[in-house]
Amino acid sequence: MSRQAQNGFRFGVCAGFVALGAALLSAALWTGGYVRAAAQIETSTSEDYASPLEVMLSPDGARLYVLCQQSNEVRVLNATSFALIKNIAVGRVPRGFSLSPKGDRLFVTNTWDDTLSVIDTKTLEVIHTWPVGAEPSSVVENMSGKRLFVANRISSDIAVLDAQTGVEEKRLLAGRGASYLALSPDGSRIYVTHVYPKIIPRQTGLENRLPPESEFTVIDAGRAVVVDRVQLHGIAGVFHVALSADGRLGVAAEYHPKNLVPLAHVEHGGAFTYSLELFGADVGKTPVEVPLDELERYASQPFGVAVAPDKSSIYVSCGGSEIVTVVNVPRLLRFIHTHNGPFAQDLSASANYVVTRIPVGLNPRGLALSRDGRRLFVANRLDDTVSVIDTRTNRVASTITLAGSITTPSPHLRKSDLNIASSVADGKITCSKCHVDGRTQSQYASTSEDLQNLIGKHKNLSVSDLATNGSKTISPQRRGEQIFYTSRYSFHGQIGCASCHIDSTFDGIQWNLEPDGFGRNTVDNKLLEDITDTEPYKWTGTNPNIPTECGPRTEKYFWRSENYDNRMLTDLAVYVRSLAPRPNRWRQANGELTPAQERGKAIFERTVDKFKKPIPESNRCSYCHSGPKGTNQRIFDVGTRKSNDNTGLLKAPMLTNIALTAPYLHDGSARSLEEIWTVYNPDDKHGRTNDLTKDELNDLIEYLKTR
Amino acid sequence: MKKLCMIAMLLVVSAVAFVSLALAAPPRMPLYRFENFTTANGLPNDHVFAVLVDGDRIWAGTDNGLAVYENHAWKVYTTADGLAHRAVLSLALDKRTGDVWAGTMGGLSRISGGHIDSFTQLNSGLSNDVVYSVSIEGENVWIATAAGACRLNLHTNQWSLYNERNTPMFEIWSYSVSATPTKVYYGIWGSGVLEYDQKTGKWDRYDDPDGETETVLFKDQGLIHEIVTSVSYIEKDNVLWAATYFGDSHYDGRYWHNFLVKDSGLPSNFTNQVKGVDGTRAWFCTDKGLAYYDGVNWAVYRPSLTDGKPEMTVRDAKGIVTPVAVTTAPAHNYMLGIDFQGNDIWVATAQGLSHGIRQP
Repeated sequence: MSRQAQNGFRFGVCAGFVALGAALLSAALWTGGYVRAAAQIETSTSEDYASPLEVMLSPDGARLYVLCQQSNEVRVLNATSFALIKNIAVGRVPRGFSLSPKGDRLFVTNTWDDTLSVIDTKTLEVIHTWPVGAEPSSVVENMSGKRLFVANRISSDIAVLDAQTGVEEKRLLAGRGASYLALSPDGSRIYVTHVYPKIIPRQTGLENRLPPESEFTVIDAGRAVVVDRVQLHGIAGVFHVALSADGRLGVAAEYHPKNLVPLAHVEHGGAFTYSLELFGADVGKTPVEVPLDELERYASQPFGVAVAPDKSSIYVSCGGSEIVTVVNVPRLLRFIHTHNGPFAQDLSASANYVVTRIPVGLNPRGLALSRDGRRLFVANRLDDTVSVIDTRTNRVASTITLAGSITTPSPHLRKSDLNIASSVADGKITCSKCHVDGRTQSQYASTSEDLQNLIGKHKNLSVSDLATNGSKTISPQRRGEQIFYTSRYSFHGQIGCASCHIDSTFDGIQWNLEPDGFGRNTVDNKLLEDITDTEPYKWTGTNPNIPTECGPRTEKYFWRSENYDNRMLTDLAVYVRSLAPRPNRWRQANGELTPAQERGKAIFERTVDKFKKPIPESNRCSYCHSGPKGTNQRIFDVGTRKSNDNTGLLKAPMLTNIALTAPYLHDGSARSLEEIWTVYNPDDKHGRTNDLTKDELNDLIEYLKTR
Repeated sequence: MKKLCMIAMLLVVSAVAFVSLALAAPPRMPLYRFENFTTANGLPNDHVFAVLVDGDRIWAGTDNGLAVYENHAWKVYTTADGLAHRAVLSLALDKRTGDVWAGTMGGLSRISGGHIDSFTQLNSGLSNDVVYSVSIEGENVWIATAAGACRLNLHTNQWSLYNERNTPMFEIWSYSVSATPTKVYYGIWGSGVLEYDQKTGKWDRYDDPDGETETVLFKDQGLIHEIVTSVSYIEKDNVLWAATYFGDSHYDGRYWHNFLVKDSGLPSNFTNQVKGVDGTRAWFCTDKGLAYYDGVNWAVYRPSLTDGKPEMTVRDAKGIVTPVAVTTAPAHNYMLGIDFQGNDIWVATAQGLSHGIRQP
């Protein structure tokens, strides 16, 4: 408040209101009260944003297809003028798309519908919508046009479809979280990556002290069978994969987590290495991992990759660092063939082959190179733009703003100006409605004087008035999402929330979060969806609310910085609270439970065991895991404390979409739901379960999967 | 005239001799040259429980690991590679995906793209770690374990358990499974044959007819014995072959036909595995040799039970047994499993793996 007063804002009647609001803001922020208020007042609908995730050029280079994740559409632009040709509505939350080899059909995977949209590229109409697996994330058609291969993230497999009828022929087992596909130039092989590490079998004494393991799944495109699984040691989170035109060089963007040392040691480089995995004849028999990071310039959250047609460069979008990293291929190959690896921990390595890092928009994701390799298109997911890079100069030549999108404003106000006012207009709207992260739309105000005038003008306006006036601005939720995905606030830009919460979910890794000794208090990363109103947070329940969890704790211990101001923290909390659970794939469409699920529900809710002995309330499934989200938000000791844990007192975790989030228990020691009870509940402290037969336990698990 | 009589007599004698010779010749049954594999030439263990043909690759489940023969070399998978247990009891190929499933003494393993993941009774819904048999049908993996039958749906990852609580299974020691899109058959130790109708989802049971004596009292009365070790369902012919330790059975949906040593060419009533070729032909892996039945005649392949020399015998429809001169034999007379590679056979025995190369 004192700092605000120093700025000399005096608004007469308004000033008292503002001061009161600011005071309330400060007080409420730490209790989550402000967060809730902001969410209620300033929530914009997801349709307000396009969120371009992937881009692709038509074979003739005339069209630019932009996959818009949040507006559920493919936008078709003229690739020269960037004029909109058509918006094509597809399914919910599309994630991947590709063209048929002939270019006559465009395939789109819709992750929340579990469908594939087939678009006729002549008419730009959706001609088919075919069911596929759970959370389809990318698709390719083989050269002959007979088969489609769809990577399903939740079912961790590849659906093989008849390309003409959409009839599923079979599923091929892929890595956990199968997501991205690349067809080799000769059409013989399909390379598949996956974003969550494998579940490594339990090993006594090492349950939660293992580096992650991933793989390239290699499919014979002709026979549609898996012919190899190339192991990627220490890797978790592999995203786009691409091959050079001659097929001799493959490259994938990936994360190399350092989960065996405390994450709080980020200042010692103890969070991630962001790297490329190279493979193919140019590389040798085994893949080679090369880091993209450089001291103080981490390449956080690498995602998209593209190889120049002449194999001169590799382009990598880095979503957290908001850059495109350009790698010189000849220098890269010379480096790996003249130096002894491994290189993953060497922050000086990238200087040998990274040519430049090109700043682009917010959360850059998909990449597309023009056929001549001169233009690189970059989908900037969180500011609804596409950057067009001239690859001869390695500079952004132009930025396409997607029509109808709410753009990030450019003029800046001082943060302190905005912190003055927490609400105006009879409390119906906050300043942040118009003034985003210290910035404001130029047509409204660019100076504090303008702001004073505008506030006076706004005094009698309601939220609905502003809406009808067309004064759309970026919502706190959207701002929070931008903060969630960026790595700019952490020490050396190493990590952002999304580094561990991939696509706002989880990462399947057990982290050593606290700076209290190597290997102590290892915890499994949790799914973020649906966590609103399930406080307290952390496995131990020691964080009372989301701002505490996301704010000072994250900043001080993980980011090793203190860059968030109150508004940013509020926005971040609003975003996290907005994360709705994805559709549960184990529930039947009619909402009814299967017989096995019904039997499991009865076990979940039982009050007496099979010997008719009453089960104490605190030892019933339905007590600790009560309510719609499956938690009573209380602390219990269920006998799962390990020798490296400071405490066995843990908060009952929620059950939302629990089937997705193996491994289980606070330290990830249970590799499956079954192991929670078959291995880690010898004394019946984690619910009365030892009287159950194997088929009854299976029933209980079938029910839990529906939560 | 005398000359003519002589010629006629010669012709008659020749004809009689020809017919006699023709009648005495044994039926022409498949002839093989056996090449045997043991630890001496790459197998991890001589005790081979199961064999699986996967195109040009041969998988052998042994007492000490899973071996695959490809390009004239053996590669061995062990527990260090993720195999659920060293002893591999059963094998099945998912022809659609190319994945191989291995039932072991410690769980069920899937080998896909050269890498293994394993399911156990602790980390999954598998009913028991001792997996005697596995069979793939569409997206379902059907499993026979020492504590009941189960099914894993590969699309939903749901496990369904079948035991005395939800099937007419008196005993839960499930020894064999043969799954097809229409019917799934289980061979249960002490509980006969269970039949699952995929369309109706209902179970039926075939057991000794009187329900008391464990075996048939009259030939062809029903399933020959309730201790069933192996089942093989030929869907196209709607024929079930069943093996027990007390003889074998053939069931065409209406009639049973049983085989015992005393009235067939079986070398032993103790049969570890039966594998049907079609509705009329089948192979029997017994403790006293490998038998082939072509619907009429029998052939037995083994090292002699007395002197170990290669031996092949043929039994015709009249029960006349004729030895056939051979120079090779399977590695041992205790047969545990068989699979087909074109005209060739691969045989798992207690003392090695045998490749029977069909001779002209």
